[in-house]
Order: sequence, then structure tokens, then C-alpha cells
Amino acid sequence: MLPDSKIPDGPMADKWENHKFDIKLVNPANKRKFTILVVGSGLAGASAAATLGELGYNVEVFTFHDSPRRAHSIAAQGGINAAKNYRNDGDSIHRLFYDTVKGGDFRSREANVHRLAEVSVDIIDQMAAQGVPFAREYGGLLDNRSFGGAQVSRTFYARGQTGQQLLLGAYQQMMRQVNEGKVKLHTQMEMLELVLKANDDGVEEAKGIVCRNLTTGEVTSHAGHAVVLATGGYGNVYYLSTNAMACNVTAAWRAHRKGAYFANPCYTQIHPTCIPASDEFQSKLTLMSESLRNDGRIWVPRDPDEARRADQIPDADRYYYLEEKYPAFGNLVPRDVASRNAKTVVDQGLGVGPLKNGVYLDFAEAITRDGRDTIEEKYGNLFQMYERITGEDPYTVPMRIYPAIHYTMGGLWVDYNLMTTIPGCYATGEANFSDHGANRLGASALMQGLADGYFVLPYTIGDYLAPKLGEALLSTDDEAFIAAEAEVKGRTQRFLSIGGTRSPEYFHRELGKLVWEYIGMARDKNGLEKAITEIRALRDEFWADLRVLGDGDTLNSSLEKAGRVADFFELGELMARDALDREESCGGHFRVESQTPEGEAKRDDENFTNVSAWQWHDENTPPTKHVEQLTFDEVIPSQRSYK
Amino acid sequence: MSGKTLNLTLSVWRQPGPDARGAFMTYPANGIPEDASFLEMLDIVNEGLIEDGELPIEFPHDCREGICGTCGVMINGRAHGQEKGTATCQLHMRKFADGDTIVIEPWRATAFPVVRDLVVDRSPLDKIIEAGGFISAPTGTAPDANETPIPKEVADSAMDAAACIGCGACVAACPNSAAQLFTSAKVWHLNSLPQGQSERYRRAQNMVETMEQFFGSCTNHGECTEACPKEIPQDFIAYLNRDYMKSLVANRKLAGQR
Amino acid sequence: MAAPTAAQTTPGANSATRPLRPSLRRLPFPLNLYQTAVGKKWVMAATGLALLGFVLFHLFGNIKLYIGVIEHDGEPIYDVDLYAEGLRELATPIFPRTWLLWLLRFGLIGAFVLHIHAAVSLTRLNVSTNRPYESKRDWLAANFASRSMRYTGVIVLLYLIFHLADLTWGWIPGYDWERGEVQANVVNSMSNPVVAIVYIVANVMLAVHIFHGTYSMFQSLGINSPQYNYIRRHLARALAAIILIGNVSFPIAVLTNVIEYDPSLLG
Repeated sequence: MLPDSKIPDGPMADKWENHKFDIKLVNPANKRKFTILVVGSGLAGASAAATLGELGYNVEVFTFHDSPRRAHSIAAQGGINAAKNYRNDGDSIHRLFYDTVKGGDFRSREANVHRLAEVSVDIIDQMAAQGVPFAREYGGLLDNRSFGGAQVSRTFYARGQTGQQLLLGAYQQMMRQVNEGKVKLHTQMEMLELVLKANDDGVEEAKGIVCRNLTTGEVTSHAGHAVVLATGGYGNVYYLSTNAMACNVTAAWRAHRKGAYFANPCYTQIHPTCIPASDEFQSKLTLMSESLRNDGRIWVPRDPDEARRADQIPDADRYYYLEEKYPAFGNLVPRDVASRNAKTVVDQGLGVGPLKNGVYLDFAEAITRDGRDTIEEKYGNLFQMYERITGEDPYTVPMRIYPAIHYTMGGLWVDYNLMTTIPGCYATGEANFSDHGANRLGASALMQGLADGYFVLPYTIGDYLAPKLGEALLSTDDEAFIAAEAEVKGRTQRFLSIGGTRSPEYFHRELGKLVWEYIGMARDKNGLEKAITEIRALRDEFWADLRVLGDGDTLNSSLEKAGRVADFFELGELMARDALDREESCGGHFRVESQTPEGEAKRDDENFTNVSAWQWHDENTPPTKHVEQLTFDEVIPSQRSYK
Repeated sequence: MSGKTLNLTLSVWRQPGPDARGAFMTYPANGIPEDASFLEMLDIVNEGLIEDGELPIEFPHDCREGICGTCGVMINGRAHGQEKGTATCQLHMRKFADGDTIVIEPWRATAFPVVRDLVVDRSPLDKIIEAGGFISAPTGTAPDANETPIPKEVADSAMDAAACIGCGACVAACPNSAAQLFTSAKVWHLNSLPQGQSERYRRAQNMVETMEQFFGSCTNHGECTEACPKEIPQDFIAYLNRDYMKSLVANRKLAGQR
Repeated sequence: MAAPTAAQTTPGANSATRPLRPSLRRLPFPLNLYQTAVGKKWVMAATGLALLGFVLFHLFGNIKLYIGVIEHDGEPIYDVDLYAEGLRELATPIFPRTWLLWLLRFGLIGAFVLHIHAAVSLTRLNVSTNRPYESKRDWLAANFASRSMRYTGVIVLLYLIFHLADLTWGWIPGYDWERGEVQANVVNSMSNPVVAIVYIVANVMLAVHIFHGTYSMFQSLGINSPQYNYIRRHLARALAAIILIGNVSFPIAVLTNVIEYDPSLLG
């Protein structure tokens, strides 16, 4: 049974205000009596830690990086949405809410999304006050751009490094609290176990975590009154993704195994503008900001055997497939639509590049129209990055792009307070299943991470903590901690002692191929069933033939990787199950069996206007599905059309 | 894009732990695709090492798109290798020639002890930020973002400084292991903005004094800017020096007015 | 475990990195200017500026060696000797003779002492913070001048002592040193080719030192404005060149008899 999602009553626009009034508060003087463990130091983690510290809680932050500033939020390029309506183009909280619900293909919670749109406005104020150097106009006021899928200019940006600047802002706020002694920072610490203990009513609550120090191998216990998982998404299950190399699902998966339900794991987002892979050894894909689609035109040659250079192909022989199929939105259709269409043309043999695995993104017209300087001002660093990676100059040769996995909408199930199904265990940012439904709009990830960390969790966590006043921290000598530590040590030892022949990297790559093949941009029943069998077979091989050299007492990245890959195996299987179960197409989830005659995604609102939340049993027992019904009072579901 | 491959010889610093002795070891790196990045080249070498039952080379890396600042090694005597304005992860093998020998060494500074092989501990950089690299604007206190207009030139200059990725190449490249470029980038980012004025001198003072607990002094060689993957100019060091010297007077003045 | 963990402020608390130096106990103004490396560099730049002024003025005075004998109060006298006497009589009769000169000398000595002390303590700091590379470095921006400051500095100091011993105190054997007879002493000393070579080499080092010093001074003092910054390198080159050409010209001119001492001209 799923717990109550705690969506407040009342009109949509008042829900959050009412809820803030209705939930319990912790008296300012009592906040120092609580310790909150925050795992992860990205936008969601750092902003939550900073704010909780400011409020007076004792906060401990854990990151496996050598510095909290390395969290992968830093790599977001394009921007952050906010319903400021600074452009006077008709934007409003309601419109951002509407766009997000619709963009999410009616698979998100209306109340959560509305709250997100409400606090988006405060985020920009907050970040500007913290010194984030957002792009400005000559008059000194904030600049905006319009971003994939939006018909208003509501995206704030800092060159092509918005994620970096926002993360550094949140990191700096957190470091201020570190300086003031309210936040204690643990770097190089990977959370490997969530520790639960039954309360007086027999309900198991989160009481702490067990971590392994990545440089010394030391396994330590940390007790808290609540645990916040701000550990990002699981895109690296695909091996090739735009995520950083260390991104993983382990923390969330450990919580899942301890009883936190995992919601909608099949909702993964494929980003349309990435640089295509060049060879077998490629370790990751590089994303280029979607803002490029504002000025670039996407096309492929009409002739699969086209041999001319791109700039010599006349317009008549170019297939501007997005502009032709979607005249209203053109190159700015939402990410899933853009990605799927790229796949379609590449599958038709129209792909470009030596491996015929990309489509052109052409700036020739924009350069002629606005001048090279304007384009350079807007995208200079992206062009530079592209040239560095491919050795081609995008000012003269069109860029080659192809979709790649880049964000995961699924994640731990949380209620309106961001609490998972384990009392006291919260999930924020990309780690929760939250606000994006089946598809996330561009420039909304940064918004959600900061909304959760700055403006939602700091309020809602009090509701859980308030009744716990006076409760002591669970002793790290408690049997629950001892058992968890033993579990972690045993697992580490197990990886080291298999003594097989294949590196964790090999298994990760092979797993990634399966997941991309069967649970990628288009999924069907046969493939998904095959995926489950093949992932299981590969998992068995992993546990029999893994080779991790060295020991567990020093920095050993193969060992770290082995643990993460082991969890990806279990997650991959769950994704396949979820995708198989969801017999409809929605957002990033495209079931081949469910499409319109024109080949567009077709939802099945009658049967699937819901959230699937999966409960873990063990490695060999299929998980149990729990369903949260979604209701749409404000935005009436319609088939998305970007024609 | 090309299908060409390279055969290289690597001379890599191997050191099993912080207190252990290290030494250069030589490894062949054969059949490296030209389109591979430098770190992918190391991945390939490591796969081979694991196959042979040898411990893989530990090297720092994460995002592999030049923004997280995790990666960074000395390549043939240059921090982040020979490409200007490029982090190690964005250096591609097409910049090397078949048959090259590549010498790879970790960052060196007393404040950056080696953790293992090519990985060093850069936590002192966090200490510098902790000392004052922030604007005290608690959540919820912010006025409307457009209430404080910032001239575009100022915002752009602040952004130039804020582009720092904290990789530590400036320290690694500096003959004195000074962290002036890192510190000045953060100080100037915040000190140039109107929001940062209240704490301007306090920030300069605290950050400089914390910096000097770990790092050497700037003697204006300019190696830092050359090594910086974001090409942060040395000008910011002059601004830092100016604000620091002013702070010794300005902070006193404030105290005297109490 | 009862109470929440005590707050603490060490990031990477689990790392081996600890401050190499303790935090400062703040001294009162103006001593605090000299407490940190940034402050010391500022003092070094400021004293360097003073010393640079001295070197330039010294060069300016020395040019009088080329003028030779002039008529002063109806008497023939070497212009440089007259100039030297003029220095001693600076600000007379307000001050007694040589007082202001000594004041300036004390100022210079102070600048030297501070410059050298700052250099020594910063060098020691930098040696302690730097861990040299085991492989060969490939310098991109650092030049011979910037990397040899500590060596050229020592050479300039040794040269300074030699120069004072030679021409101010007359301790160097080889010629008959006479107090106040500047032209005679210079010519007699530098006509020895070994001494001339010492002067030439030392002044090359001085020019190298000044080349980086001038450029560096602007940064250390915080004088920086992007639209004028290009001037700094030019100025450094120009000053180094002026000092090099000017100072090296004297021993060469003596060796080639362009600067001469002829007592018969003084009648």
C-alpha cells in the first residue's frame, strides 16, 4: 500500500500556502536539537544543507566527490526557468505550471508542479542575491531566452554555464554554513547503506547511514533524525550518457532495497542535442545546450547516399524534418519529440557523419542573418567545445548531433512533503520521481533541484521532526548500525574475492548496450521481456566473473565502480519491468505498440493516468507494483500536439 | 573524425598511497583512436592492465566535459597538457603524434598531497571558499532580482571570474604553488557585484589569509593563466591584491566607527 | 551517542590536509601590512619602486661622466665631481651639509633591508609550499627574468657591496682611491678589464631583475586596468634597456677611452 501522498486540499493556487500553515513547525530554539544527514551536494543537496543550516538544524553533508562543487549539477548548460514574466510576453505561474504538466505528458502531480512554478520566482531572486552572474542586458536587468518547448522567454542563464553558476552559488551558501559550524562536510564518502530502526509503534524509520571513505576504505556510521537523499539520477545505467562518470543510483537503490518505493523508473529523458559517439571506447557523450535549437536548423540529406559536403547540398535536397512535420514549433519541439524524430531519420539511413549516426544542426542561416559575432556571443563556448571534441569548426561545417540519455524523471517515490515511503527518509532533486511526469521540459531540472532544496524541504521536514523533539540520535553502536556496517564490508569483500576475468567497466558497457537497445528511445513487449532475461543473465555473469584488483583500504575506483554497476543491474531490470507494465506511450516512454497512425506517442489515459511505485523484495522475487492515481483538475489532459 | 589510431608510450607516476614512495612506470598504449579523449586513452590502458592482472592507474576524472574540475594531471610538463584553455578531459588524442612518449605526473604542491597515483587531495581550495567565498544572503531574504540592476560589463566580468572550475591547475603550474588565481577569481566574482559589496573587504582579507595558510605567494610568472582551462586572466590577481591591501585599512575604519 | 556532533569547520575532515601554517595573530596597523605574503609583496613592490628610482637617478648622475671638465666658479672641475659635491650639499643651508643625503641614504638602506627581508621570507615560504616536479617542466609564461629573481637579486646585492667597497669606501686594491674624486676613481677602477667585466655582468643581472620587477610591481601593488596593461611590459622593457645600456656603457666607455681622467685638465 502506498502511503497518503499528502496533497493539500483547496484550490490549486492556495495549496502550498495552506500546507505551509497546516504542517507542524519546529521552534527556532529547538532546531539545534535535530541532526539532518544530507547525502549529495548538488543543487538539491547543497541548497537544502545551506538552508537547513541557516534555520538552525545541525546538518551533515556527504559527498563522494573530493569537493562538493564537483556534483554533476555543474554540467547543466542552458538555463533555469522561472515565471517572472520579465519579458511581458504573457508568462505567469499558471502558464509555467500548465506547460510543465503538459510537457510531462500528464503523468506528474498537479499540486507538486504548481508549487514548483510558484517558488520558481523566488529562486531567481535568491540566486541573484547570492551573486550568480546571470546574463544581463545593457540596462542591467536580467536577460531571458526561450528554451526548448516553451512559447515564452522565461529561461534565465549565465552564458552556457548556468548549472555551474547555480551550483557554485548553492555550494558557497553551504560553505558559509560550514564556516559557521552549522554544516559538517564529509567529502570522499559514499553512502552505501540506509539504516532503519522501528519506532515505538513498530514503524521503521530512517535513522542514519553507513558510508565508505573512498580514500581510506574506512566504513563509518552516521546517525541523524532524518536522511535526505539528494543523489541525482540514474542515467548512467545506459553506460553512454551525458552524466558524469561517477553518477550512480547506489544511494537511492540502497534506500529502495530498504523499503523506499521506486516510481516510474522507465521515464528517462533522451536529450536531442548531443555529440554522436565516435568509437567503441567512448566513455561518455557530451551534451550541448538545447538553446542551440533556437538558432540552429536541424536537417538531414533527403538522399541516403548523399556524398556532397553539407554546405554544397542545396535546400531542395535537405530534409528539415522537424520544420516540415511541426510547423508551429519547428526545431523547438519538446525533447522527446525531437529525439524520436532524429532516431527515425537515422533509422531510415539518412544519418550523417562517418558512422551515419547523427543529424545536422546548421547555423549557416543564423550566421548570415545575425552575423558571426552575435552567434559567437550566444554560443561561443558551445561551439568551442564542439570543435575541441570533434575537430570540426561549427561556424563553417554544420554540427552533427544525436540524442543521448541525459535525465531520469523516475526516482524514489515521495509524497508532497518529499518524504519517501520510509518515514524520515527524503528524496530531493533528480533523485525523486517528482515533478516532471513522463518528460521534463528544458531548463526545469535546475529549477526543481533548487526549489526542493531551498524552498520546499526546509519547510516540510519540520512536519516530521516536530513530534520527535527530545528524541536522542540512534547510537552508532546500535545493532542496526553494526549490521549495516557488516553488510557494507561483506559486499566490498565479495567484489574483491570473485577473482574473475572481466572488469566492472566491461559489465557496465555490456549492460548499457542492453538497456539502450531495449529500454531506449522506443520500447516493445518482446524487447523488454528479452531485456529482463538478458540483464539477469549478465548479472549472474557479473557476480561470477567480475575482476576487481587491489584492496579495499585505499582509493580503488574499480571497487567503487563494481558496487555501482551491481546496483545498475537491479535497476535495469526494474526499468524493463516498469516499461513492460506501462502499455502506453507517454513523454520519454515510447511503446511501439501504442502510437497514432502518424507515428506519434499515444497515451492511454484510461488505464495509466497514474504513478507506478515499485516495492523491492529480493534479487529473485519480482517487485510489487503500487499505484498512485493522478487527477487533473486544472490542466485537462489532451493529446500533446506540436504541429 | 578519422579512423586513425596511435601507438604511444606512457610514463606514468605510480604511487600506492599518500605515504608510499612513487616512481614513473612505463606502459605501452597501442591502438589508441585519434578521436579518443586523453582520459579515454587512460581507460583503454587501464582495461589492458586489469586484463594483465595489474592494478589500473588511478586518475582523477568525473564529468569529462571540462566543467566539474575533477580531472587534471601534468602532461609532458604542462598542467592539463599542451592545449590552451582545455582541461585534461577535453584534450583529444588527435593532438598527439604516433610514437610520442607522454609523461604523466600528478599535481605537485605541499598542500596537494598525493592520494594515489595521479590523484591528489585539493581540499584546501574548499577552505579558501569557506573563509569568505560567498555572499551572506540567507534563503528567503532576497529582494526581487531586477531591483539591483547590474551593468552588463560588470556581470560579464564577474562571469569571467566565476568561470573557475576549481581544478587546481593554477596551483599545479605555479613555481611557488600559489593559489592566487583561484582565490582572486572568486574574490573578484563576488567583489565586483553590487550584492557582494557589504562583505567586500572582509572577504578579501579572510580568503587571502586562509589561502596563505596553505599556499605560496604570487611572483607574477603568469603560468597559472596559461594552465587555466578557463583562461582566467591574471588581472584578477591585481584586483585581489588591491582589495586585500585596502581591506587592511578599510576594515580598521569600520571597526573604528563602532 | 547523545548530543548531536559538535560543529566543526574542516572540509575534508577525513583528509590528511591541514594548514601548513597557523592562522594569524593580527598585529596593529601598519605592521599588519607586512604580515601576509600579499602584504610583503606589496612592500617589496613599493620598496622596489623606491630602489628603481634610485637606480635611475644614479644613472642620470653618472651620465655626467661623459661631460668631462666644466668651468665652475672660474675653476675647471669634472662635472661628476661637482654633482657629487652637490649631493652632499643638498638642502643646505636648511640642513647642515650631508644631512639630507644621509636621510636619503637611510631611506634607501631601509628599502633595501625590507626588500631583501621580504624576498628572503617569501622565498622560504615558496620553497616550503612548492613540491618540485619529478619530470621536466615546460614553462609557458615564466621567463628567465621571472624565474631567476632570487638569483639576480643576490648577484645585485653582492655587486652593490662590491660597488660600494670599490668606489665609496676604496677598499678594492689596484688603484689609488681618493675621496671625492669621482671621475678619477671610476676611470682608475674600470680601466682594469676584470673590474669592468664585473660591472658589465652585474648590470646585465640588474637589468634582468628590473625587467621582471617593473612588470611584477604593477600586479603586486594592484595597479591594473586592462586598457593600459599592455604598457606594463613595454615599460619593463624600456626601463631594463635604459638601465642596461646606460650602466654598461660606463665600463665600456672607460675601456675604450671615451671617458677619461686627465689631471692636467684641472690645471
